[in-house]
Amino acid sequence: MGLIGTFAKGLAVTFRQMFRPRVTTSYPQEKRVKPQRFHGRHVLNRHADGMEKCIGCELCAGVCPARCIYVRGADNPPEAPVSPGERYGFIYEINMLRCIFCGLCVEACPTEAITMTHLFEMSTTDRAAAIYTRDELLVNEDGSANHAQPEGPLIDLNELSISDGWMRATAPSGRAAYEGIPGWTPSAGVGLRPPEQGQAEPPEPEEDA
Amino acid sequence: MTDWIDVLIVAIKVVAAFVIMLVATLMLIWAERKILADMQNRVGPDRAGPGGILQGLADGIKLFFKEPITPARVEKGIYLLAPILALIPALLMFLVVPIGRPFSIGDREITLQVMDLNVGLLFVLAVSSMAVYAVVLAGWSSGSKYPLLGGVRATAQAISYEAALGLSLVPVVIYEGTLSVAELVEGQSGQFFGIFPAWNIILLPSFAFFLMAAVAETNRAPFDLVEAENELVGGFHTEYSGLRFALFFLAEYINIFTMSALAATIFLGGWNGPTWDGALPASVTWIFPILWFGLKTFAIVFIFFWVRATLPRFRYDQLMELGWKRLIPGTLIWMIFVAIALAFDEFGAPWA
Ligand code: SF4
Ligand code: SF4
Repeated sequence: MGLIGTFAKGLAVTFRQMFRPRVTTSYPQEKRVKPQRFHGRHVLNRHADGMEKCIGCELCAGVCPARCIYVRGADNPPEAPVSPGERYGFIYEINMLRCIFCGLCVEACPTEAITMTHLFEMSTTDRAAAIYTRDELLVNEDGSANHAQPEGPLIDLNELSISDGWMRATAPSGRAAYEGIPGWTPSAGVGLRPPEQGQAEPPEPEEDA
Repeated sequence: MTDWIDVLIVAIKVVAAFVIMLVATLMLIWAERKILADMQNRVGPDRAGPGGILQGLADGIKLFFKEPITPARVEKGIYLLAPILALIPALLMFLVVPIGRPFSIGDREITLQVMDLNVGLLFVLAVSSMAVYAVVLAGWSSGSKYPLLGGVRATAQAISYEAALGLSLVPVVIYEGTLSVAELVEGQSGQFFGIFPAWNIILLPSFAFFLMAAVAETNRAPFDLVEAENELVGGFHTEYSGLRFALFFLAEYINIFTMSALAATIFLGGWNGPTWDGALPASVTWIFPILWFGLKTFAIVFIFFWVRATLPRFRYDQLMELGWKRLIPGTLIWMIFVAIALAFDEFGAPWA
């Protein structure tokens, strides 16, 4: 009897599952809500006046554990400066095949030039196309960003203007006194990004728990 | 004059049965994937057609256009023959299953069954055991170790469960007193005590034994040691691709369908069911037996998928133990019990 009992119990479990909600979605048509600090594709931001934020300091390249960033700085031409500083990144490449999306480059950047977005649809049929250059990384003056893949049913380019939450994390060093106070500069297209919700208030319920 | 009409009728029936099996296979592939997805809280196939219903067709077309690779070290002739050998018994078995009530055109009675053999059940058992040859030959001729292991397992499994399959049907045969499938269905018309349908499912242990043996016969999970993809790559069909692989796949699903149709016919009363003959016109009522048959078949098919979603694959020794130590003694004891009970019923107690 014991065997038949366990058997029936197992069958009951699987049968019950048929009436549970689905955990998967019909992906391109129906996308799941991503967490605010989702680590997706990078962009290089601009200041609100259109100047590039990147100063070509190569700190991101230095910190990158995958060694996938290649930056060369160059002096700003005095008559038409590209960035507000002395230098700017005139070559900037990220090899997305090597990137592990750890976000250390974002943390290292002194000017909030490089940030991550919510877009992760980056598959290519060609290795060379996986090396993103300034053409794709640098946002346009209106805040929109280019993408290597053509617009298709999978790709929602709007996700490229959602910056990752780390940039907007409040309370640096965990000090509650900084909570809700933006410690960053405005960007072209989006202006001053609002702070992420602080830890002092009760956290929002998880979207997809 | 009559002769060629008879031939024509049989030809039409054969073609119709073939079409039914192909369409059923396409639907089963979709249904299986959907049901498994439901039981695993997934969405399942939803791309081809509304709700993904054309998934089976898409799979078929894909396989059809794939390159049929013949590996260098195969036994060519047997290797090419095996998929065909798999399909033939699968197709033959369905021929004795009546899918609806016989009707008459003029003075000619037409049964919705390709042929009513007087040894129908024996035919089914004989043909179903042929299917294992395809697996064994495919495994052996592939010239590769995993298919060979799959083929060896198939042999052992077929020997163990074929006996149980046959023995599980003996009580039904004793009870109904016939081997003809059409007569089995007739024997199950009517009711017990005016309410319960007089189906052979009252021989419940037989039904359970038959289902278990049928799942093993069709090499389905949890008895799919023959293909065991995580130990044997793909088992006997590892070296097959394209259309040849599709034939094996087709045979497997036709086998599921036929085994379910047989279980529905032998134990669940086949096409018997309320037809509301008086209340509705004859042009409508003819459809009900076919509907009942389809519904019962699907119920059994659902059990196949349900069990697959529930149970892990048996280990080899567990498979053998279940077959030899439980199923075969179980069916034998049950058979003797039914025989004695029916003898009491017929002749009275020997001491009376
Ligand atoms: S996310 Fe990490 S791995 Fe990717 S570029 Fe930045 S630092 Fe390198
Ligand atoms: S992205 Fe930031 S860290 Fe990297 S070179 Fe530019 S300014 Fe320096």
